[in-house]
Amino acid sequence: MTETTKALAVGASETRADAKAKAQGREPYAADNYPDGLLWAGAVRPGALQGVAHARLLGIDTAAAAALPGVVKILTAADVPGTNRQGIIHKDMPVLVGDKLRYAGDPVALVIAESPEVLRQAIRLVVVRLEALPTVCDPVAALADGAARVHDERADNLLAAAEIRLGEGAQRLDHCDVVVSGSFATPVQAHGFIETENGVACRAVDGSLTMTISTQAPFRDRMEIAHALGLSFDKIRIIAPCLGGGFGGKDGATVQCLLALAALHSEQRPVKMLWDREENLLAGYRRHSCRVDYRLGASRDGTLEAVHCRLVYDTGAYAHLGGEVMALGMEHAGGPYRIPHVLIEGQCVYTNNPVAGAMRAFGVCQVSFPFEAMVDELARELGVDPLALRRKNALLPGDTNCAGVTVAESTGIADCLDLVAGHPLWLERAAWKAAAPSGSRRGVGLAAVFNAAGYGAKVRDAAIAKVELTCDGLIVVHNAVADMGQGNAAAFVQIAGHVLQQDAARVSVRQPDTASAYPSGSSSAGRTTFTFGNALIVACEQLKARLINRAGLLLFVDDDSTLELVPGKIVHRASAREVSLARLVGFLRDEERSCLGEYVAPLCPDPGTGKGFFIGFPHVVFAYGAHLARIEVDLATGQIRVVDYLAVTDGGQVINPAMFDQQVHGGVAQGLGYALMEDLATRDGQVLAGDFSRYLIPGALDLPEIVSVACAGDEARGPFGMKGVGEVAMNGPLPAVANALADGCGIHLRDAPLTPERVLLALEKLAEEAPQ
Amino acid sequence: MSSEIVFELNGEQTKLAVSPTRRVIDLLREDLKLTGSKEGCGTGECGACSILVDGELRLACLMVAGQLAGHRLTTIEGLAESPLGARVQKSFAEAGAVQCGYCTPGMEVAAVDLLSRQPDPSRDEVRAALSGNLCRCTGYVKIVDAVCQAAGALDATEDTAR
Repeated sequence: MTETTKALAVGASETRADAKAKAQGREPYAADNYPDGLLWAGAVRPGALQGVAHARLLGIDTAAAAALPGVVKILTAADVPGTNRQGIIHKDMPVLVGDKLRYAGDPVALVIAESPEVLRQAIRLVVVRLEALPTVCDPVAALADGAARVHDERADNLLAAAEIRLGEGAQRLDHCDVVVSGSFATPVQAHGFIETENGVACRAVDGSLTMTISTQAPFRDRMEIAHALGLSFDKIRIIAPCLGGGFGGKDGATVQCLLALAALHSEQRPVKMLWDREENLLAGYRRHSCRVDYRLGASRDGTLEAVHCRLVYDTGAYAHLGGEVMALGMEHAGGPYRIPHVLIEGQCVYTNNPVAGAMRAFGVCQVSFPFEAMVDELARELGVDPLALRRKNALLPGDTNCAGVTVAESTGIADCLDLVAGHPLWLERAAWKAAAPSGSRRGVGLAAVFNAAGYGAKVRDAAIAKVELTCDGLIVVHNAVADMGQGNAAAFVQIAGHVLQQDAARVSVRQPDTASAYPSGSSSAGRTTFTFGNALIVACEQLKARLINRAGLLLFVDDDSTLELVPGKIVHRASAREVSLARLVGFLRDEERSCLGEYVAPLCPDPGTGKGFFIGFPHVVFAYGAHLARIEVDLATGQIRVVDYLAVTDGGQVINPAMFDQQVHGGVAQGLGYALMEDLATRDGQVLAGDFSRYLIPGALDLPEIVSVACAGDEARGPFGMKGVGEVAMNGPLPAVANALADGCGIHLRDAPLTPERVLLALEKLAEEAPQ
Repeated sequence: MSSEIVFELNGEQTKLAVSPTRRVIDLLREDLKLTGSKEGCGTGECGACSILVDGELRLACLMVAGQLAGHRLTTIEGLAESPLGARVQKSFAEAGAVQCGYCTPGMEVAAVDLLSRQPDPSRDEVRAALSGNLCRCTGYVKIVDAVCQAAGALDATEDTAR
């Protein structure tokens, strides 16, 4: 079969199962789907074309567009058969707007055409009459009395508000020896996945819908579509091939409902929707911007005593997961520290800005910036080493975190900090800084960060894994949680190979298909490999026991413990006999060839001390990280160059070290983009960037040789002791770089990203303030 | 409005009736079902549609079919036909340079273009050569490793372990 017959092993840097096909350009993505007879669907989004973000819809004239040869159909809200509402928790987002636009990307019509060229022309020919309404685009202004309301049926623009209070709360700050404070603003960030939102749908004669979508949540998509369009969800089949990136932006309806609606009007022809980059930046989800007011107090000996944090998240025109993003940010707002007195107040606000949603680190990188900038400021005030101050206050097992939850095991932030403390990049910092070339300054900054894994309280975080022995004696894992690139599918192959002792050539994965896999939640929240992996272990153990038992029947061996699964066969070493899996499978009924494993992730037994939270608060499993950035600032241009970057991560045990590093590198890269350049700015609700020349993401020359170090840990509840590490690395770069900037240049930027303009302005201001 | 265009596609003489103004990326993906070349921006900024025309790096989203006439086009599907291309693909897979994989074909094409001109590049030269190809997953470290590994210039694992 193959020259390599070594069983896959958890803990080894096995080559990712998907790597070869992807490297050869053979992996099929949703966007690669061009079936015969294809129609094209596209949305009419008049707000961006007419420069309005909030407007009454007065009328739509489709006559000119409909007369264009090649236009098949033009649909409006009146053609939407169901509730015409989508949204994961709050169903507040119309598939097609019928009354008013709440942001510049709101769609009012759906055009179906024979070709993309005709589609583009027809979209331009749809005449939409709008009456502009007062816009509210600033989240703080949106909370003022008399502010224009984004949703007419709501009393105000407040989507969610919550509070975490511990000990004496903010009052304790009055009694602290030292208090530092600051007001911060974090930018909107685009996911920037290279494969934009897309899918293909086809309706069969029996009315059932089959859709291939670039999605992180195929099973939930069925519910969303069924609800919005009044269909029966068992008539909807979603196939979710590998994604060309997701990062949270494909968690929730993008093309799904529009595409399903198009399919209902395409007479059994397949119909494709593919957003271009401009549409992605306008109508795709994005990271919430956030305003933060922060106060942190400590005693003279450097013991953190109290924190008060006020957060305002801008969710844009629709809720999506805004309340939950806010909740997770709040849960982390005190940092990975022991602080007895806490008041964290959060608000999530509707505005006429584009819709914010889930994105890697889900509300947490908005708070890691202030909490880590404040810890550094405190270190300066106290005249102590910033690493020692962090280490002194770092959460240890048994401590209570800032959400009021006692963290029991696998709390490795102190160990992560110790690894940084012993690293040459930290130890040799003084000499490195002193060697700054003329015209530049060098600085070194730290960040201690954490990120919860799992859905959190009140959301069932469960998975059902299926593993199958094929008629050829090979193993197939039926993945149910989409692989957006993080490599969970490859991890599943590795886990199955490890448990069933099969080699790489004998284990493959079938990507999620609601017709063959079982509901297992979304690919998100650092829970994908954790939850599905645990379920898969159960399934594989069952299959292993069954195969060995059947082999025993064939080989007349009554002690299962003397039979051993090895690549391609089961052997009985004592009698030197064996049976191949290809032969053994002939003795199994079809339904016996598959095993299902179920798993429900643990919920936090501790309710925490929050109030006002709906779901997703609090959590019980956290990944931790300690980051170090060494930067060089060009004093003439204000340009920051990140020269070295070290990320130490406690992700529990590591299933695949190479894939662990991939996640950390990627999180740091996205975090450095967030720190240095990314800002999906709007003016009056209009997105200013329509492409990658105006929305910049880091290229190969913008990033350093990121160094990832795993901090040995063990999360007893995780599969093989692992915790999800996809998100935590995102939280370090902005504060680490900001702290390095303060270290090197003495300037304290509170608005991100830390652009050359902001750096130069701050340097000028510092020079003006300096004594003559 | 289609006209006949003759060019060499991945080593095979190809004759197509196509509009000369059709974008090459659409010709490849939609008409020829060669979907290994990806489109990430359509405006020449992301490099996902990188191809080789007469052995030189080009972007399929910024070229039209008429420009192919009489030329030699290599896409990701034909990259492994050269030993260098095969080596680059292998090293990308083995060095962990592949995550979501959507930038990978374009990245590999750019790497082949570099290595065919400069067989022993420094890491900085690799970064410069790949600076027109955006990747959102990797942070580029392992991509640079892969290119260096393909070049045989250095041992990638030693380099990242520092």
